Amino acid sequence: MKQTAPQTIPVASAISAENSQASGTTLHLPDEPLVVIQANNKWNLISLSDIWAYRELLFFLTWRDVKVRYKQTLLGAAWAILQPLFMMIIFTIFFGRLAGVDSAGVPYPIFALAGLVPWTFFSNTITASGNSLVGSAHLITKVYFPRLIVPAAAMLAGLVDFVLAFGLLIVLMFYYRVPLTTQVLFLPALVLLTALFGLGVGTWMSALNVKYRDVRFALPFLIQLWLFVSSVILPSSSVPAKWRWVLMFNPMSGIIEGYRAALFGLPFDWPALGVATALTIVMLFYSIYSFGKAERTFADII
Amino acid sequence: MRPIIRVEGLSKLYYLGGSGAAYSTLRETLMESLRKPVRYLRRGNSGSEKLWALSDVSFEVTPGDVVGIIGRNGAGKSTLLKVLSRIVEPTSGRVELYGRVASLLEVGTGFHPELTGRENIYLNGSILGMSRREIETKFDEIVAFAEVEKFIDTPVKRYSSGMYVRLAFAVAAHLEPEILVVDEVLAVGDAAFQKKCLGRMRDVASTGRTVIFVSHNMAAVSSLCTKAMVLWEGKVEYPLGSVEGAVQQYLSQVHQMTKTRLAERTDRQGNGRVRIKDFATFDGQGNELEYLATGQETHFRIYYSSEDTGVQNVAVAIGITSNSGGFVSMLSNQVAGDTFESIARDGYFTCKIKKLPLMPGNYTAGLIIRSNDVILDWIQQAVTIVVEPGDFYGTGRMPPPTHSGVLLEQEWTLNGSRQTDAGKE
Repeated sequence: MKQTAPQTIPVASAISAENSQASGTTLHLPDEPLVVIQANNKWNLISLSDIWAYRELLFFLTWRDVKVRYKQTLLGAAWAILQPLFMMIIFTIFFGRLAGVDSAGVPYPIFALAGLVPWTFFSNTITASGNSLVGSAHLITKVYFPRLIVPAAAMLAGLVDFVLAFGLLIVLMFYYRVPLTTQVLFLPALVLLTALFGLGVGTWMSALNVKYRDVRFALPFLIQLWLFVSSVILPSSSVPAKWRWVLMFNPMSGIIEGYRAALFGLPFDWPALGVATALTIVMLFYSIYSFGKAERTFADII
Repeated sequence: MRPIIRVEGLSKLYYLGGSGAAYSTLRETLMESLRKPVRYLRRGNSGSEKLWALSDVSFEVTPGDVVGIIGRNGAGKSTLLKVLSRIVEPTSGRVELYGRVASLLEVGTGFHPELTGRENIYLNGSILGMSRREIETKFDEIVAFAEVEKFIDTPVKRYSSGMYVRLAFAVAAHLEPEILVVDEVLAVGDAAFQKKCLGRMRDVASTGRTVIFVSHNMAAVSSLCTKAMVLWEGKVEYPLGSVEGAVQQYLSQVHQMTKTRLAERTDRQGNGRVRIKDFATFDGQGNELEYLATGQETHFRIYYSSEDTGVQNVAVAIGITSNSGGFVSMLSNQVAGDTFESIARDGYFTCKIKKLPLMPGNYTAGLIIRSNDVILDWIQQAVTIVVEPGDFYGTGRMPPPTHSGVLLEQEWTLNGSRQTDAGKE
């Protein structure tokens, strides 16, 4: 369903005053159709301008997810902090104390938390956006909007939790007197990378989930396994140098080590970050492509 | 004048029952592809039944038209609306839209029970395609229209169903697109609110916007639409034209269909354990009637045959609809308190009406047989019932035919003493 021609008019925008007063006879129709609906035409799979036109809906869906998430919970938004905090405590007991993991001179609790906060963001993003389309079936079968907005809103809602959990990390860093360096300026880029990679995986999962409901069961399992190879618990330096290149194929490992480098003033592993960025871009393009292909039949099969 | 909507050769194919139609699990797809590799590669969904929900539909709508789309269930109306609303993609054909479309396939799309009325207005408005600024300017109007001022900051899960529907419709009613696509959402709320909604639709139409409206309610189509079209099994049966013509065509179609013997009808639902064979009407003396008369003793007979004698707790119902408007009455042995614990293999149910209270006119009846709430057989629009004038009250008088409705037994008394006393003083 291609949007041709005057793309500048957001569908969501208010109708212009002259049109609303036109009583049928003075209505100015555009020469080119605003929308052409036809089968299998070679429309660009995802129209970015279409998504831009619906940016307010993206905002409202994100806002709804944030607003509704902690309704009727006792602890409310504290959950965003408790989840990584308790994981940190458990990891500290088992890996920091008992196993005595070498955490590059940084106290193990904040070493673990610096990995857990972005990891929680990533895993929540792929869970939430992976299930988002199926969860929005009632919308998809009733109204048109670019479907990509659904997993994107799920990711953005997770970003709010991420910011809260990050606050906890900053507080603990002060507590452990770990100084910040200018390298923290790399953080926004790392957050963007995490968000985009999460969006890529989540979008792909959400499209698969419409057709194969196996995704719902496979995803939690996949996330558990993924955690162990993402340098959350152990630094990537604990992997024998001979095998370290394998870790590069997991962008999350490079990204999480990136967070630690930015926060604790450690040297960046540029090759790992470069590969992570490249894989994120590939993942994003591939998922948008496969999502776009599946998008046309969502309403038929959901 | 140039059209605002141009539809050319639109078709939509659905696969029923096959793995391609519904979602599947990975295992099924893998097994399928292993078992029938050739067929799988060629078709992608083997063994599924095809259904052309729309086939070669073409029409043009000029700006300012209010178009009614009429058709029975399964005629393709909803599919057409979904294609026009860009929810499903057509299999072939083309639609050109020269204006922005807002579609209302249900009211309250995306309403969240945990959010307050205020929050839901913003959420639902933006889902329907309104900008935030637009919602802000119309906010007070929407709240006033819905009559929920006091509860605007209460979560909608605490709303009564009436309030919920009113709020949902109020948001939708304030949409101002160039093309408004509406499904039968008007069938909600109480009568007063329905009237308000119809009025609002008329207002929208009078400002020169184009409306596409799908309904079963011939009265609503007649009063609202300027043009109409009839769909029949996915095809255009009556091309976009006069409303009276389309309504006539539709009613005669329904009439035509009700002349097919019930035993041969294929448009039935239910598990078929018991099947409706025939329907006939008799007077009190047992004479079969072709036409009924108002006020006459009438017996409706539903002939059936059953696969076995084990069917228990049978419920039979006749739903009567007036051809000029809405639902009239439902006759049901359950409501009347007559139970049929078990039934023979063949036989008939009889429903006796001592004095037929229907006004003269044409009616359509649907028939359904259930057992313990499982539908055994159900034929919508099964038969036509023609009612001739008769003497209901035994006075030789009848309400004027313009005042359609049902006749009620009535007795009048006059108690004038107090009035006369007051007059004397």
